[in-house]
Amino acid sequence: MTSKHLVSIKGVKDGLVFKLDDQCNYDDLLQEMRDKLEKTHQRFLAGPQIHVHLKFGKRPVTEEQKDQIKEIIGRHGNLEIRSIDCVMPNSPGIVQEAAGITVKRGIVRSGQTLHCEGNVLFLGDVNPGGSLTSSGDIYILGSLRGMAHAGASGNEEAIISASHMKPTQLRIGSVISRPPDEWGVEETYMEFAYVQDGKMEIDKIHHLHRVRPDLPPQP
Amino acid sequence: MGEAIVITSGKGGVGKTTTSANIGTALALQGKKVVMVDTDIGLRNLDVVMGLENRIIYDLIDVSDGRCRLAQALIKDKRFEELYLLPAAQTKDKDAITPEKVKKIVGELKKDFEFVIIDCPAGIEQGFKNAVAGADKAIVVTTPENAAVRDADRVIGLLENNGLRGPKLIINRIRQKMLKSGEMLGVDEIVSVLAIDLLGIVPDDEYVIKCANTGEPTVMSPNSRASIAYRNIARRILGDTVPLMRLEDKPGLMTKVKKIFGLG
Repeated sequence: MTSKHLVSIKGVKDGLVFKLDDQCNYDDLLQEMRDKLEKTHQRFLAGPQIHVHLKFGKRPVTEEQKDQIKEIIGRHGNLEIRSIDCVMPNSPGIVQEAAGITVKRGIVRSGQTLHCEGNVLFLGDVNPGGSLTSSGDIYILGSLRGMAHAGASGNEEAIISASHMKPTQLRIGSVISRPPDEWGVEETYMEFAYVQDGKMEIDKIHHLHRVRPDLPPQP
Repeated sequence: MGEAIVITSGKGGVGKTTTSANIGTALALQGKKVVMVDTDIGLRNLDVVMGLENRIIYDLIDVSDGRCRLAQALIKDKRFEELYLLPAAQTKDKDAITPEKVKKIVGELKKDFEFVIIDCPAGIEQGFKNAVAGADKAIVVTTPENAAVRDADRVIGLLENNGLRGPKLIINRIRQKMLKSGEMLGVDEIVSVLAIDLLGIVPDDEYVIKCANTGEPTVMSPNSRASIAYRNIARRILGDTVPLMRLEDKPGLMTKVKKIFGLG
């Protein structure tokens, strides 16, 4: 992941387009921006007045975050920001994103963490010692043997479902459950976990429409 | 140009060194030119298992620090003409060498040998990074225990991060009786969790301990079950298709007689 460019700079007719990665940590993004402007691309960016277009992709950015980027670019007198292209937090674009599903695949092995924003459909296994976290629902087509944390930003309406569930721990919002200690069953197939009255419950997947009639959200 | 294979596990005591010694010897038995590299600096064992401890003059660190030439540090095995060992230093620690230097040495060895077998230390720190640096392929050793499987899983992830895709799995020390009674993790269960190709299974065999103590690799004996398992593994590395070993003991005479009379 580290080898991927977080900031890619492209020349267009009337200046430069800075395309900013929308998945990475924001601080990493700022750091790479600084490195690029002050070290690697210093010579190439010095010279006559250049117009800059910023593209944040799908990242929700606050005014404060925008100011940070503006400040870095502002240090170079010849760079002038012409446009900033981004989705505002809570704009319809974001809601749509949350309603959709991110599809990921692979194996989350011991010691690895996979975090997703919004709902995630994971095709593969989560092994013991590995964790899959998401701010929305988690649907696993495979075995969940490790830890899954749905609604990680506090959403206790989120659910976790898996074709084969034998987790070491389940978390939804701030509710933590330790199956099989609490459920009395070692493993289950085609079931889902949800929170009811502050307690984690588990049920057959065909009961999902009763427990959460609005799930999965329609795009 | 030869092939460098690292033998690793994450957890200690699952049989990395024994596996390295036996795979190396079994490949030599098949007429291949093999060198075994011990990267467990500070806790070297491969020389002891091979019975070559008293022949060590120079070691891996001497080579990397330029105190001797690579050829001077190689110890020729007493049984095979084309089996060599590059021992680790016992007086230094894992930081005495860098992954780049290991990579260079392994690269040199690959020019002269068909197989370079790298014995990796336990853990996932510097020693692990040194060991995997020069490897083209990896073999992960585990035992049918939860802790060992967990660590193997972690190591597979790290190997993949290091560009060693598709490592192969060896399940060591399988006890038939415990497997049958369900007290031990099954082969299928382990393979389904780790999701990598199975290279072989090795039954638990007291003969292995005896051999390690006398400095004679297990594969030298044609009768022990572990020996056959290691020979099969070596043949699979060479590309042969060998079916997995049957774990059941051979039926005794009485069982056969009973079967004839329909009593079994």
